[in-house]
Amino acid sequence: MENAKKKSLIKSLKYAIFFVLLFAALVIIDVKNPSYSMIITVLKKGTVYALIAVSMNILNGFTGLFSLGQAGFMLLGAYTYAVLTMTNEAREAVYYLSGYSVTFTLPWYVGLILAGAVAAFFAFLIGLPVLKLKSDYLAIATLGFAEILRAFSQWAKLEKITNGSIQLRDYPTFSKSSLLEGTVFENASLTPYVLIVSLCLLLIVLMINSTYGRAFKAIRDDEIAAEAMGINLAHHKRLSFITSSFFAGIGGALLAIYQSSITASQFKSSTTYEILLIVVIGGIGSITGSVLASYLYIACSEWWLRGLDSGSFLGLNLPNVFRSGFRMVVFSVIIMVIVLFFRKGIMGERELNLDRVGWFFTKILPSLFKKKNKAESGKEAVK
Amino acid sequence: MRLRNEGEHDHEYVTDSSRGDLTFMQETTDIQIGELSPNSVLKVENITMQFGGVVAVNNLNMEVNRGEIVALIGPNGAGKTTAFNVITGVYEPTNGAIYYNKKLIVENKPRGKMKKYYSGQNAGLYYKSISKTPDKITALGMARTFQNIRLFKSMTVFENVLTAMHVRRTSNFFTAMLHLNFSEEKKMREETASLLELVGLSDVKDDLATSLPYGKQRKLEIARALATHPKLLLLDEPAAGMNPQETEELTQFIRYIREKFDLTVLLIEHHMNLVMDISDRIYVIDFGRLIAEGNPEDIQKNPKVIEAYLGGSDNG
Repeated sequence: MENAKKKSLIKSLKYAIFFVLLFAALVIIDVKNPSYSMIITVLKKGTVYALIAVSMNILNGFTGLFSLGQAGFMLLGAYTYAVLTMTNEAREAVYYLSGYSVTFTLPWYVGLILAGAVAAFFAFLIGLPVLKLKSDYLAIATLGFAEILRAFSQWAKLEKITNGSIQLRDYPTFSKSSLLEGTVFENASLTPYVLIVSLCLLLIVLMINSTYGRAFKAIRDDEIAAEAMGINLAHHKRLSFITSSFFAGIGGALLAIYQSSITASQFKSSTTYEILLIVVIGGIGSITGSVLASYLYIACSEWWLRGLDSGSFLGLNLPNVFRSGFRMVVFSVIIMVIVLFFRKGIMGERELNLDRVGWFFTKILPSLFKKKNKAESGKEAVK
Repeated sequence: MRLRNEGEHDHEYVTDSSRGDLTFMQETTDIQIGELSPNSVLKVENITMQFGGVVAVNNLNMEVNRGEIVALIGPNGAGKTTAFNVITGVYEPTNGAIYYNKKLIVENKPRGKMKKYYSGQNAGLYYKSISKTPDKITALGMARTFQNIRLFKSMTVFENVLTAMHVRRTSNFFTAMLHLNFSEEKKMREETASLLELVGLSDVKDDLATSLPYGKQRKLEIARALATHPKLLLLDEPAAGMNPQETEELTQFIRYIREKFDLTVLLIEHHMNLVMDISDRIYVIDFGRLIAEGNPEDIQKNPKVIEAYLGGSDNG
């Protein structure tokens, strides 16, 4: 018993050190690079997408509810944040057509929490009728509600709150904060995203590993058995839907902060598909998979595969083939390959396992080098 | 199998239509409503379950007393599993009432379309409409296993049992999320470990539930049901697909857990050796109707039961 305790302590210590190192690495990258550099942009957007993808994974991966409403809840979060945190001077400029009816200004952190809360509240309302549906029907209904939310935010009668279909901007963002002026973190813009998303992910991981998380997984595995074991299906599905939407709302607010201006038209169903793609690539039912996949996806679409759209890629200069839109063709092929051959994604249902990572670095890599050395020494012997 | 799909019973309708007029077989009942024996744990009273025109369970009356092992047997398609599903709340009965621990938990009368099509008996006896979902019934202290094993496939043996403890939680979502309920969690884990020890699965506790051999999966299902702390355990064909030796072991196992946890057991089974060996009383149903009730010796001699199992002379 003592031994087991010691082992688990060492294990959690290992993970703590790993995450501290990871965080330190991100902070160093942040401090060393200017905020407009590509790596910072990719890491920022990747961090925001990681939270949104994990929030979708709570529902689709852990509770087995196939929902496509994520864009709608992101929109709610983004708009709540933007509308409530803007200063009145900014409102004068932004609502130049209609005038504005929200006259108070909240601090950014309250706005962020309210963004989640509003999304969660709407999830509760939408969940009442929608969660009685199963599989594809649930997907269609949530997709429909997301589109309704988007159309609703562009409604002319709500102009004084949502500014109709004109964009919202000039709300507080992290890059404009004057709190850290004069320190090493003066031009740090990535760290706040990483901190907030890490906190949210920590909460999600704790939730998944609690008794409620196990109940969600039980519903995914077998609804009838779960109900027979005393798990109230309606209650737990609603909880899962609300939690997922809460974090999607915060993710949406962070996306608004990242972009520094938002319009309702960008939260189309294609946004949901993008996130679904990340979840599938990462592995449905794996949090670390979703995080890894969102960085990978954002890096590909914003950075590594850019050349496919602009003429030259991997040293090939074919402006006739590599022109605007070709990137999406390549993406479609990648999706098809993943769906056909790697249905479980990068991680499947597993989570990041440090032992496996360590095993890779201590056993596999050295053995590769050893072989090389042996071959070389063999050659020398022949000589 | 999708239990809630009524359409599945449509094919039975065709075969059952040759059964003849139901009114011909009706008998008057002398059951008094709400009359319970002093040790009653479960009382099923005039339960009728009708899907469309098909009467799957017809006026079933059963009573299970504290500490008993009662078997429910009958030929294929007799309505045993439907009766189980009504008791555990998967179906809402068309007419009748169910008492658990002398408390009324389910009561229903023909409603809506059924008012017109109801072809069972005692239609006027009940007037309330109380129903409970399966999770509420499990929380009351009734746990079940399934005919076709339904374990949580992606979970380990340990997690399967641990998940079933969720019903007895005292923490709410937020305290559980922030892990403020660690003492409860620790207790759950300890209890799971001791339960697995007791049923003899502690050596495979970290294996995937679906990787276990068939007999052990059955055992795990029973262990998972026990984790909800039931007073009444309902076993749906626990020995299905087992060889005689495994069946013998199962018999011992059911006896053992009954003593250990002070359980009352109601089981459906086709293995007659097991049924005759283990049961205190047996109910026999055929075409949804109760045809005999009594101790194993009487049931074996009962001509109606023999006819139901082997076919009577008029069935050719």
